[in-house]
Amino acid sequence: MMDDYDDSLTPHVQVLATGSDAVVAGFPGERPTLALGDGTILFADTGERVRAFEDANILLARADAKRIVAGGDDGKVIEIASEGKTTLLGDEDGKWIDAIALRDDGATAWSAGKTVRAREAKGAVKTFTAPSSARGLGFLPKGYRLAVSHYNGVSLWFPNIEGEPDLLKWQGSHLDLTLSPDGNFCITAMQENALHGWRIADKKDMRMTGYPGKTRSFSFSHDGQWLATSGADACVVWPFQSKDGPMGKPPRECGVRPVKVSQVAFHPRALVLAVGYEDGWVLMVRLDDGAELLVRKGLAEGETPPRDKPIVSALSWDKNGRRLLFGLQNGEAGLLTLPPVPPRR
Amino acid sequence: MSDKIPVTVLTGYLGAGKTTLLNRILSEDHGHRFAVIVNEFGEIGIDNDLVVGADEEVFEMNNGCICCTVRGDLIRIIEGLMKRKGKFDAIIVETTGLADPAPVAQTFFVDQDVQDEARLDAVVTVADAKWLAARLKDAPEAKNQIAFADVIILNKMDLVSPEELREVEARIRAINPYATLHKTSKCQVPLDAVLGKNAFDLDRILEIEPAFLEVDDHDHDHDHDHAHGHDHHHHDHGLKHYHDEEMQSVAIRLDGEVDPNRFMPWINLIAQREGPKILRSKGILAFKDEPKRFVFQGVHMILDGDLQREWREDEKRECKVVFIGRDLNEEDLRSGFLACAVDAAKQ
Repeated sequence: MMDDYDDSLTPHVQVLATGSDAVVAGFPGERPTLALGDGTILFADTGERVRAFEDANILLARADAKRIVAGGDDGKVIEIASEGKTTLLGDEDGKWIDAIALRDDGATAWSAGKTVRAREAKGAVKTFTAPSSARGLGFLPKGYRLAVSHYNGVSLWFPNIEGEPDLLKWQGSHLDLTLSPDGNFCITAMQENALHGWRIADKKDMRMTGYPGKTRSFSFSHDGQWLATSGADACVVWPFQSKDGPMGKPPRECGVRPVKVSQVAFHPRALVLAVGYEDGWVLMVRLDDGAELLVRKGLAEGETPPRDKPIVSALSWDKNGRRLLFGLQNGEAGLLTLPPVPPRR
Repeated sequence: MSDKIPVTVLTGYLGAGKTTLLNRILSEDHGHRFAVIVNEFGEIGIDNDLVVGADEEVFEMNNGCICCTVRGDLIRIIEGLMKRKGKFDAIIVETTGLADPAPVAQTFFVDQDVQDEARLDAVVTVADAKWLAARLKDAPEAKNQIAFADVIILNKMDLVSPEELREVEARIRAINPYATLHKTSKCQVPLDAVLGKNAFDLDRILEIEPAFLEVDDHDHDHDHDHAHGHDHHHHDHGLKHYHDEEMQSVAIRLDGEVDPNRFMPWINLIAQREGPKILRSKGILAFKDEPKRFVFQGVHMILDGDLQREWREDEKRECKVVFIGRDLNEEDLRSGFLACAVDAAKQ
């Protein structure tokens, strides 16, 4: 059953050995780049490694078109540019960095416990103290405004405007956070295996439940009409076409396998998903018809996972959707370069 | 067994000697490497590679269960620590003197990701022999920590008279007769009395008899001095018996078997209804027509139970349950449990 996948893409995958767990994958300056748990950044095109953290592990990182920003267990927030230059953006004095968000204009936000900082590209830093530990951060697409998830809701904070942040309330512990590309919806992954969403305009709540595990990865489609999520034995994709979001509509499930999905990434131009699993498998799935292509084969079905579990922990497309970079918790990684499509007649 | 990382929770009132014990655990040569989660990061001198600051943030799970409070910060920290597997083989969570141990313990049963990687080993409470009796009167959290403990280190006994020691010991036993009690000064207990207890492991809940008769630890420790600690005459007097008005334990024994079809609904009902008042529960049961022992343990409303090894030929098939909690209705618990007996229906 599991050998039935179309494996025509697998010869186009370049295998990478990173030696450490992949924290994030990205293409700053169009270079395939992995931030690794051991504190280094690997530029996969040249094999060059940059030691971003002298004596610390990278806890989390985010990537955009120009840079990677990583948070260490030494409390430092370090930006790594595509040519390898590192810049210390912040230092929280040994407290673990819990969340990072990036903005295309070079602004960065991070949190450590209740302390949330927003730093403009030019270096001005503003601080907000969340009501409890901030676990997720996201810049809204319009205005210099940051969404901060914490216990019992999300605060919407304008770093450059005095005054209390606006609050989106919902009881419980909100972890990671994402915003729809149009900025209309804010969605959090909760402690209790569910997503919670708000329509920001009127704070209308939406609950998205039914997950067997926590959602740790989400990805909006390029047109903003679909939200792909991890946490189930399939990639669960919620429809966001209507102004009510996914309310009253069932999600689609694709890439169904007997193992939990750990990472999802929508193609930047097409309704195609890359899906990574907890057993090291990576598939490409077309949303329309659910057609699947194999990118990486992991453990055989029923195979006992080794102590160092091959969980796919980082997954990213480049901006044109030609290359897909993935990394695993056990130090394995790979770069898929899609073969050229034959010209249509 | 499993390769899950054992987690020891270290509680105790301010100044009782927690930091002394922690530093002993970290500095002695025992072959273990610890990750330590402390609540006041940077404020106490701990010499260890892996020290993480926590903020003791408790939240209620959104599932309508009022006592499913967990520590969100612990979930996050343990998740982060698991990426450093190989750098440590055990975790110690230190809590403030004011903290309720329940949310810490519940975190290890409620969160699946934590449960997959770590297991609660024991709750260890360090208490100051001189001050505990007073604290038990005026500080509810001190009582909670005693009631919740698997291991109690009654520290600074060199500072009290044998009279006072007997008094405080009796007060502890009135609340929690089941914890292992070590009387020490300067936290000089053998570390295997604190670590590797498997107190929450169903396979190890073998003995739920009151541990009244254990020997003082200073009998085993010869390499330190606390001269007046060797005055043994007080052993002969036995314990005073106190009744703590608020916190108590209820132990019920039943000869013979219980009917699982009556027991399971009953224990679930008790956990649901009385869970907020029950801090800890444990039991070993003989089910009708079941060759194996059924063992359960609980923290407030969270119950964990399973069939364990078979009853031995020479063992009497009997059932025992123990509840430690606040304002427990002993009569109600007793009659409810006894009504689960197989022969209760016939009578």
